[in-house]
Amino acid sequence: MSYMKLALGSAAGLAMMAGAALAEPALMYDLGGKFDKSFNEAAYNGAKRWAEETGNSYREIEVTAEAQRVQFATRLAEGGFNPIVVLGFQNAATLEEVAPKYPDTTFALVDMVVDLPNVRSIVFTEHEGSYLVGMLAAMASESGTVGFIGGMDVPLIRHFACGYAQGAKAVNPDINVIANMTGTTPAAWNDPVKGGELTKAQISQGADVVYAAAGGTGVGVLQAAADADILSIGVDSNQNHLHPGKVLTSMLKRVDNAVFNAFNDGPEMETGVHVMGLADDGVGYALDDNNASLITDEMKAAVDEARAKIIAGDLTVTSYYDNDSCPALEF
Amino acid sequence: MDVMPKWADAILIPLISILLAFAISGLVILAIGKDPIEAFRIMVTGALGSSYGWGFTLYYTTNFIFTGLAVAIAFHARLFNIGGEGQATLGGLGVALVLLAVPWPHWSLALPAAILGAMLFGAAWALIPAYLQAKRGSHIVITTIMFNYIAWALLTYLLVEVLKPAGQQSPESRRFGPGAELPGLSDVLGLVGIPFSSAAPVNVSFLLAILACYFVWLLLWRTRLGYEIRAYGHSETAAAYAGISATRIIIIAMLISGALAGLMAVNAVMGAGRLINNSVENAGFIGIAVALMGRSHPVGVFLAALLFGFLYQGGAELALWASIPTELIVVIQSLVILFTGALDNMVRMPLERIFLAFRRSEREG
Repeated sequence: MSYMKLALGSAAGLAMMAGAALAEPALMYDLGGKFDKSFNEAAYNGAKRWAEETGNSYREIEVTAEAQRVQFATRLAEGGFNPIVVLGFQNAATLEEVAPKYPDTTFALVDMVVDLPNVRSIVFTEHEGSYLVGMLAAMASESGTVGFIGGMDVPLIRHFACGYAQGAKAVNPDINVIANMTGTTPAAWNDPVKGGELTKAQISQGADVVYAAAGGTGVGVLQAAADADILSIGVDSNQNHLHPGKVLTSMLKRVDNAVFNAFNDGPEMETGVHVMGLADDGVGYALDDNNASLITDEMKAAVDEARAKIIAGDLTVTSYYDNDSCPALEF
Repeated sequence: MDVMPKWADAILIPLISILLAFAISGLVILAIGKDPIEAFRIMVTGALGSSYGWGFTLYYTTNFIFTGLAVAIAFHARLFNIGGEGQATLGGLGVALVLLAVPWPHWSLALPAAILGAMLFGAAWALIPAYLQAKRGSHIVITTIMFNYIAWALLTYLLVEVLKPAGQQSPESRRFGPGAELPGLSDVLGLVGIPFSSAAPVNVSFLLAILACYFVWLLLWRTRLGYEIRAYGHSETAAAYAGISATRIIIIAMLISGALAGLMAVNAVMGAGRLINNSVENAGFIGIAVALMGRSHPVGVFLAALLFGFLYQGGAELALWASIPTELIVVIQSLVILFTGALDNMVRMPLERIFLAFRRSEREG
C-alpha cells in the first residue's frame, strides 16, 4: 500500500514537473554566443533577472549553425516552451517558417519585424539613440573629427553609424566622421585586437571620440581609446565603468528589458510590433558617476532637448533602412 | 611491403582513434558533472534515432562529403587546398545568381543549372591560387587561405549592396521561388514507399554527393588523368620524367577541387531557398578533417563525413536537451579531429608493432 502511495506520489510529482516545464519560457541566442558582452549577453541578463525576481526557470539554447535555427525553434515549440524569445534579425525567416505551425505558442523576435498573429516583434530605434551620442561626440571633440567602428558590415550597423553621423553633423556641420567596419564575417563581432587597431588608425586620422557598435570587438576599441587618452562611446549595455572618465557615454539598447518583459508577460503577451525607443528608454545614452565629469550641463541640455524633440516628432532622424543609404555618411 | 594489412590501416586505426576521442570526451563531460553515458545516448538517439535526426545528420553529411572530396582530390596531387571555405562561398554565389536570374519553372531544370553555376564559380575561385602555385610558386596554403577572406568580403559586399532587397534588414538575397525548391529526401524515399521525416533539411543533393563520391573514385583510379594526378602527388620528379606537366596537373586538380567545394552550395544554398552570408559555416575546414580521416578515398570521405554529420546533429541535440554548454560540443568535435588527423601516429605506431610481432610469431611458429 505504502509502495503504491509512493508510486502514485512520484507519478503526481512527475506530472507536476511536466506541468512546470510546460509553462517555462525559452530563449534562443543568435550566432555569436551567449557571452558576447553585448547583444546576446544583454538578453541573458534580462532572462537571468527575470529568473531571480520570479524564482522561475527558463530554457536557453545557443544557435551554432544556420540549419539549427529552424531546428531549435521547432524543438522548443514542440517541447511546450511558451513564450519563446528569439534573438537576432536573421531569425525572421526562422519564425516565418516555424510560428505558423505552432499557433498556440507565442514567440517574440528581437531586432526584426515578422507579421504573424502569434509573434511579438521587438525593434529598437537605434538610429535615434546613436543620434544623441553623436551629438555628445561632436560637442566633446576638440579636433573636429569623430570616429565610428562597427562590427560586421550589415545594414543594422550602418543604421547605428547613420544616426551617429547625423547627430554629430547636427552639432557641427563641418565635422569629419570616419566610419570603419571590423570585418565581413561573424568573427567581426568578437575581434577586440582588430577593434583596437582600427581605433589607432582613426586616432592617427585625428579622431578624438570613437563610438564602437561592434559587440565584443568594442572592448578593444574602448581599451585603445583609453590607452591613447581619447574618449570612446560604448554600446548596448552601459560600458561607462570599463574605463571611468575615458568613456564619454554608452548608447543603451535595452535588449534585457525586451527579454524581461516578454518573459514577464508570458504566453498571453500582446503580439504585434513593439518599438522600443527614446520615450520608453528602450534606447538612450548612459549618464552615471563614471562619466559625470565628461558631460557638461550644456551638453546635457542640448541632448535632452534633441531627445524631447525626437519624441515629440519635431525632429526626424533618417533611418538607413528607409532607402538603404545615409544622408550624412558614405559607406 | 606494408607493415599492416589494408583493412587495419583504413578501418582499425580510425576506429581506435575515435574511441580514444570519445573516451576523453567522456572524461571531460564527467569533469563538468554530467553523465557521459547519458550524453552519448542523447547524441545517438538525437542524430540516428529517428528519420528526423537522420535528416539533419545527412544534411550536414552532404556538405562534408563535397568539401571532403574537394580536399581529398587536391591531396592526391599533394596540394593542400585550405580554400574550400571560400570556394564553397563562391559556389553559393554561383547557385544564387543562376537561380535568381531565371524564374525557373521546375526544380529538375533548375538543378543542373545550379550545379553548373556552383562548379563554375567554385572552380574559378580555385583557379587563381592554382595559377599562382603552378607559375609563380606562391604556396597554395597561403593563397587559398587568403582567398577565403576575399570570398567573404566579396559576398558580404554583394549581399549588403546588390542582392539584398531594398529596405530589408537582414543581408540575404530574395527567395529563389517555388520553381527552384529542391525536393527533400523524404519525397524521394516516398516514391519507393519508405516513410521519412519531411521536416529535416536533407534533400536530393545527398544523392548528388554519393554520385560525386563515385565519380571521384572513377576519376582517380580509372582514368589517365587520375593516374597522372596520383603520380604527380607521389613524386614530382618521377612525374616530370614520365612527361606529366606539373602546371597542368596543379591547375586541373585545383579546378576539380574548387568545383567539388562549390557543389556544397547546391545543398546549403539551393536547399535553403535563399543566399545568406554564412551558408558555408566552416564546412570547408571540416572537409580537411574529413579528407584526412577518410585517407583521401571517396569511401573513407563518405564515412568520415557521416561521422561529422553525426557529431554536428548529435551535438545540437546534446546542447538542446542536456544543457551541456555549446563549447563542450566543440571540444568533442576537436578531439575527434585531433585524434584522427593530427595524432594518427600515436595509434599507428603501437598498432604496427603489434602487427609486426604477430607476423614474426607466425613466421617462427
